[in-house]
Amino acid sequence: MIKNWWWKIGAIALVLYSIAMGFLGNVPRLNILNETIRNLYFHVPLWFAMLVQMGISWVFALMYLNGYKIKYDILSSRAAYVGGMFALPGVITGSIWATYTWGKPWVADDPKLQGVMAAMIVYFVYYLLRALIPDAQTKARISAVYNIFAFIMTFVFIMIYPRLAPNSLHPGNGGNPAFGKYDMDNMMRLVFYPACIGWILMSVWLLTVLNRMKKLQYNLDNDEEEI
Amino acid sequence: MRKKFNLIMSRFDDLEMKRLLFFNFAFLILNSFGFAQQTSIEDAPQMADSFRADGKIYVVVLVLSVVFACLATYLIIIDRKISKLERRIAETKLNNKIAEVK
Repeated sequence: MIKNWWWKIGAIALVLYSIAMGFLGNVPRLNILNETIRNLYFHVPLWFAMLVQMGISWVFALMYLNGYKIKYDILSSRAAYVGGMFALPGVITGSIWATYTWGKPWVADDPKLQGVMAAMIVYFVYYLLRALIPDAQTKARISAVYNIFAFIMTFVFIMIYPRLAPNSLHPGNGGNPAFGKYDMDNMMRLVFYPACIGWILMSVWLLTVLNRMKKLQYNLDNDEEEI
Repeated sequence: MRKKFNLIMSRFDDLEMKRLLFFNFAFLILNSFGFAQQTSIEDAPQMADSFRADGKIYVVVLVLSVVFACLATYLIIIDRKISKLERRIAETKLNNKIAEVK
């Protein structure tokens, strides 16, 4: 039996529910968006999952720096990788959606896209740092310190900067009304929130799997100390 | 105001005239409803209503559910494999320690 199976089954159930209700449920009739508004159930939760993973990564980077226990570094780095893995489909789905609603795949003057671009560069540097430093402890320390900066910058780039910007195509940014105003009705919320919770739980599940795998690898390589 | 109204109504004193007026207004109101409906249908954003009515949307839901279910099952299998590996490695380490003590 799998470890802690109940919330993993819950995650699968929530995502399956969001897939079924995402297509069968009622959505408001909006110009330009038309049926593509259903993308909200699949595109946005990816970003929420990514932010949660980067947050987990940040917390465990702090915990690593407080005592230099390598198990926290493993967890922190895995969370950053899972976050990156969720950001990639987030960007691709966003581009596909933008092609058919905003006219082109990458609207360069949209502040949300600029912020995402900057955040992705920040994390790309993080992955690069980890790949380039051979010694485990040095790698862990430098990447943990960098991670503290990286998550705060990502939060500013993705959550704060687009809201301060004068205009944005994304709802909730640059003076645009957020989901609550008219883009999303209560019927959509019944699908959107479970979808977000489901995808976040899926990302956490993926994180635990990768974390356990890396720990096994570490324990096999280092015979003396068990983590 | 009242005087003006009476003046206007005096022109339609005839019953025939009143009836005509009533039908005319009725026609106008009904017509406006009709137009309102028509324009609202034309203005309403296009949705995939016929696709939904055909019931083919269930095919899409089924396909996506199967795709996701397969990936989730794969994740469950990987999870279980790691659990087994963890147990095996713990056992091996324990056996090694016992052998060392002996």
